[in-house]
Amino acid sequence: MSNAQFEIQLIASLVAIACAIPGTFLVLRKMAMISDAISHAILPGLVIGFFITQDLNSPLLILLAALTGVVTVILVERIQKTGLVKEDTAIGLVFPALFSIGVIMIAKNANDVHLDVDAVLLGELAFAPFDRLIVAGINIGPKSLWIIGTILTITVGLLIAFFKELKVSTFDAGLSASLGFSPVVIHYGLMTMASITTVGAFDAVGAILVVALMIAPAACAYLLTTDLKKMLGLAIVFGVFAAVSGYWVAHWLDASIAGSITTMLGVVFLIVYLFAPNKGLIAVMYREKQQRIEVSLLTFLLHLKNHNEKEERHVNHLNEHINWQKVKSKTVLDLALKNNMILIDDKIVALTDKGDEFTSKAIDYIITNEDAQIEDMKEDFFLFRG
Amino acid sequence: MNSRDTMINTNPSNEIPASQSVDEAGAGILAVKVDDLTVAYNYKPVLWDIDLEIPEGVLMAIVGPNGAGKSTLIKAILGILKPIAGSVSIYGKPYHKQRSLVAYVPQKGSVDWDFPTVALDVVMMGTYGSLGWIKRPGVKEKKAALEALEKVGMLPFKNRQISQLSGGQQQRIFLARALVQDASIYFMDEPFQGVDATTEIAIINILKELRKAGKTVVVVHHDLQTVPEYFDWVTFLNVKKIATGPVKDIFNDDNLTKTYGINYKVSVQK
Ligand SMILES: Nc1ncnc2c1ncn2[C@@H]1O[C@H](COP(=O)(O)OP(=O)(O)OP(=O)(O)O)[C@@H](O)[C@H]1O
Ligand SMILES: [Mg+2]
Repeated sequence: MSNAQFEIQLIASLVAIACAIPGTFLVLRKMAMISDAISHAILPGLVIGFFITQDLNSPLLILLAALTGVVTVILVERIQKTGLVKEDTAIGLVFPALFSIGVIMIAKNANDVHLDVDAVLLGELAFAPFDRLIVAGINIGPKSLWIIGTILTITVGLLIAFFKELKVSTFDAGLSASLGFSPVVIHYGLMTMASITTVGAFDAVGAILVVALMIAPAACAYLLTTDLKKMLGLAIVFGVFAAVSGYWVAHWLDASIAGSITTMLGVVFLIVYLFAPNKGLIAVMYREKQQRIEVSLLTFLLHLKNHNEKEERHVNHLNEHINWQKVKSKTVLDLALKNNMILIDDKIVALTDKGDEFTSKAIDYIITNEDAQIEDMKEDFFLFRG
Repeated sequence: MNSRDTMINTNPSNEIPASQSVDEAGAGILAVKVDDLTVAYNYKPVLWDIDLEIPEGVLMAIVGPNGAGKSTLIKAILGILKPIAGSVSIYGKPYHKQRSLVAYVPQKGSVDWDFPTVALDVVMMGTYGSLGWIKRPGVKEKKAALEALEKVGMLPFKNRQISQLSGGQQQRIFLARALVQDASIYFMDEPFQGVDATTEIAIINILKELRKAGKTVVVVHHDLQTVPEYFDWVTFLNVKKIATGPVKDIFNDDNLTKTYGINYKVSVQK
């Protein structure tokens, strides 16, 4: 692995981390589309900043462009507040307008601005290592690395300092306000940070990848945990994984790095979406199937509890008596036997003590829906997990 | 078999000595004073010119039909909504100077239930106010949260994701969150919404305990039948304030009719 290759992966990974942090909160605040709006709408800010500073990497340019991002958010909120259109419509109205202004500005001044629309959308990660930062005549590394490194440091610092404020205002804005943590201040703080990150990452990875890196890792993490800290950690892991693996995919296929990283994000999301242990598609389907069987089991046990007549409890008559069509009675019998809930003696089924107790508890739980005693049963039965 | 009764203290035997009786409270210090408050959404006023005085140490119900502005009133008192006119004072000072004195249980549905957080964590959020910006909760805050969970009978559920709790359990979590705030004034927006009789009794007993400890408790309440049994003060609200005062003096058909618009008959046992 050459030095340039290493630097590209390092930049991509830092971008991924810097995006995953605000991205997690955007996803939780159901504001994923806002990051899309910001990433496109900062274009005019970039162009104007470039006219003023003549340097694509100047901090002033980054701040100016980030300001456009915040302006976008404010515009969207203003339009939405009129009550005439919904948020998604407002976003759809604002960012194409700003983006196209940016595109026209580039086209008009294309001769002296070294910016082009392709680069804006897809970035130039492959060239990032060639633009070095020279301080006092010493080459101290790629400029992009320094920019994104600085932004990441600020982001992590703010996250650590304001973690509890971000959490409470995202979860319950009313409580946050009444405790004195202004949700408005936190909201705009987050939007500013998301804008700065977008601008900083833009140059390296382009608008599309910025959005993907903000949203996809957080969306994956959301499916896997019920702990905000773990969600942040997982989002970072997924982002970095996609960045590094995407780089190598691009290398082998000789394709665009940004495109490959975005593809990897899609692949990771698909895998998580299918296989996540609790919220994943397969887990949900499996759980529903199990619940169906367990409902049948319970129906069956209840039937046994209520009927002492032998003919009602004969294995061969189960089907008629409890009218099972979908679930095979064998599955249910096996499940009950496996859990020592029934005894079969000469084809006559009888409840064991355990089965009897289980039935009472389960019925009690289903009726009251709040008995702490069956907490332990949740381990074994899907039925009792929400 | 059923351990619920031991889980929740439905019959508080560890009585806290009453700091003052209800009637004295009426004559005592004002916990909350609302003057000429008008609140609007998008320039359409939903509360008109409200004057309200809540004496310290009362357990007050706010009643009124859906859309009367009950939630709006509480949010305006708590500074969550900015009024277009009027002022609010908590023990004589503006709300933002008295935040630590006030706890709030929002109406159900105002939080993000799918947020990645567990019951214990939600209760801990009640301690954030006393911590202030940046400082993080520690052992002391966790202990307070666990105690509050114990008090509302939710300790066994402390690690449960909040959307996996039943409606009544969620309500208890929010009550616990208000309890850890250790405030002087509690605002609760329909804490009995969708809870069963056991939980309702458990909650009202906790509220009565709070009052005994000299706290002021203000509850948005819909079940008019239980007002005389649960509360000692009541405010009738429907866009305007209809009446406010001790339940035994003003909880009558006249005020109910004025508030609800139809001829109301509630059997009020005096
Ligand atoms: N965010 C909002 N934007 C616009 N109008 C609102 C908003 N919230 C409430 N309203 C309106 O303000 C009025 C008062 O609402 P509020 O929620 O305070 O009523 P409430 O008395 O709490 O009713 P409920 O018993 O149904 O909880 C209603 O007409 C409602 O439609
Ligand atoms: Mg309400």
